[in-house]
Amino acid sequence: MPVKFPGFRSRRDALPERLWTRCPSCSEQLFNKALEKTLHVCPSCGHHFRLGSADRLAQLLDPATFEERDAGLSSQDPLGFVDQKPYPDRVAAAKLATGLPDAAVWGFGAIEGQRVAIVVMDFGFMGGSMGAVVGEKVARAAEGALAARVPLVIVSASGGARMQEGTLALMQLAKTMAALERLRAAHVPYVSVMSDPTTGGVFASYAAMGDVNLAEPNALIGFAGARVGAGTIGQELPPGFQRSEFLFHHGFLDRVVARADLRRELAALLRYLAPRPTPEAARG
Amino acid sequence: MVDRILGRAGKPGADAAAPAEPAPERSAEDHKAAVWARVQLARNLRRPRTLELLGAMADEVIELHGDRLFGDDEAVVAGFARIGAYRVAVVGQQKGADTEENIRRNFGMPHPEGYRKAMRVMELAERCGLPIVTFVDVPGAHPGPESEERGIAEAIARSVGLMTRLRVPIVTVITGEGGSGGALAIAVGDVVLALENAVYSVISPEGCASILWRTSDEASTAAMAMRMTATEQQALGVVDQVIAEPDGGAHTDHEETGRRLKAAIVHELDRLTAIPVDLLVEQRYRRYRSLGAYTEVPTEVVPPAAPPRSGLADRLRGLLEAGSRAIPAPLQVGRRDEPPAREDV
Repeated sequence: MPVKFPGFRSRRDALPERLWTRCPSCSEQLFNKALEKTLHVCPSCGHHFRLGSADRLAQLLDPATFEERDAGLSSQDPLGFVDQKPYPDRVAAAKLATGLPDAAVWGFGAIEGQRVAIVVMDFGFMGGSMGAVVGEKVARAAEGALAARVPLVIVSASGGARMQEGTLALMQLAKTMAALERLRAAHVPYVSVMSDPTTGGVFASYAAMGDVNLAEPNALIGFAGARVGAGTIGQELPPGFQRSEFLFHHGFLDRVVARADLRRELAALLRYLAPRPTPEAARG
Repeated sequence: MVDRILGRAGKPGADAAAPAEPAPERSAEDHKAAVWARVQLARNLRRPRTLELLGAMADEVIELHGDRLFGDDEAVVAGFARIGAYRVAVVGQQKGADTEENIRRNFGMPHPEGYRKAMRVMELAERCGLPIVTFVDVPGAHPGPESEERGIAEAIARSVGLMTRLRVPIVTVITGEGGSGGALAIAVGDVVLALENAVYSVISPEGCASILWRTSDEASTAAMAMRMTATEQQALGVVDQVIAEPDGGAHTDHEETGRRLKAAIVHELDRLTAIPVDLLVEQRYRRYRSLGAYTEVPTEVVPPAAPPRSGLADRLRGLLEAGSRAIPAPLQVGRRDEPPAREDV
């Protein structure tokens, strides 16, 4: 199955004035305004377009309940990393293009009246890659959820660890897992929502480890990039490999949830998961 | 932590015990060649693996097998060993020394069951109060379909999480290739040692080059850019101490490598077993919590803007929602008639 990267489609695919978007799955021409109303899901085939962090927060949270935390965190260049261009230039370009400080946003908000700590990743910022800032925000969100004893929700969209930060990016797997282990020990629930794509080090740390794991339909979710895997092993990949339904079939997802149902499903789950002081409190 | 990071930038030799790095006046090309030579040494076929190192340093080794869930992955060895005065649990990756053994051990690339075996033995060690010593030498976790089907990411995440909270001392040694998540899964420790020619990276230099340079020919450039040598990792704070190898590299003298490693491991066990366990676990948490470089501009917590609707309506809605699950939640938008992926709640 070919890997689709709708984000990288060339400009000619968009008609003048960006009024229309072509669905990469069914080739239907979609009016952008209509697409916004369907939460960026193709009305004819159900293809889920990638969602930026602001749109995602607006979709999931009750209106005007989001209180962002730690917006002032910004990447450094610990390795002095230069490939085709220096890492700080890449970060600056991504900040300019997205208006975001890094690939994750966290804060407190409410989902159908239930207060949560929420992290939302943004694939538009350097492929949603996890460096020190993303790792720090996830860890602080887990610590914040623990202190406030409210559930944690993380919506992942990431190609994995940020190579330009080297092993310090790898160490964010340990940092985030350490914080999540404390959350778990304190019986504060965590729901992981995986969107397209959730791969590499993000999948191999917090994304895979929700008390409940949800994913949007047909999202690419996997550890090794399909090309890496096929190249290294020289094996045919099974159909639908590393897609949500594949993960579901193999027991790593609790539910595959269409975007239009996500907010309601999260709210319904949180009514079971929210920390309770006593068993009696489970009534009602 | 940030100050830890400031000691970086090719200023090796901060630790007198650390082996010499290429001198700063060397050209970039020389430096690249030197880094690449270390990558090759780390991958040397005759480099001592977990079992060879244990053979050189332990008085007794009892290997345990199987993850109790699926099978026994020979790319990971786990069990008990007596090192100096200590009875410890050991976990390590094991590449093969020849083609036949490499096929059996899958070229040292563990499947999920390998990490699950490691977790089983580490949890057993915690229950028995045994310190844990891990030996890391892995190109990466196995990237194939079976690995994904059985949840390699879940196994790695769970193992990393487990190691952050185990209530026994953990000494980790990067002995060869520290290949990304497949390495970290058994490399979360109270102290991380590295052999002189070991390397540690977030992705293989070939993988990094093929993504960022669009050709794996630039692997040596990527290796240099990622600062993956043991001394550079020490400067970053990822590795705590570098152990000098015998002249020519660890593969030239397994016994001597084991002897040097044993001294360092026993020294760390002496130190760590004296620390009260609550403090030990807290220090380990702090160690990983502080890794990574970022700047922070203090920001005020912005209270959410006043809701567009009256507070009363929202409060009533909240009450209704809290009061009854029978009342369907309001949908945000008109839902398209596409079928849901699965049945609704």
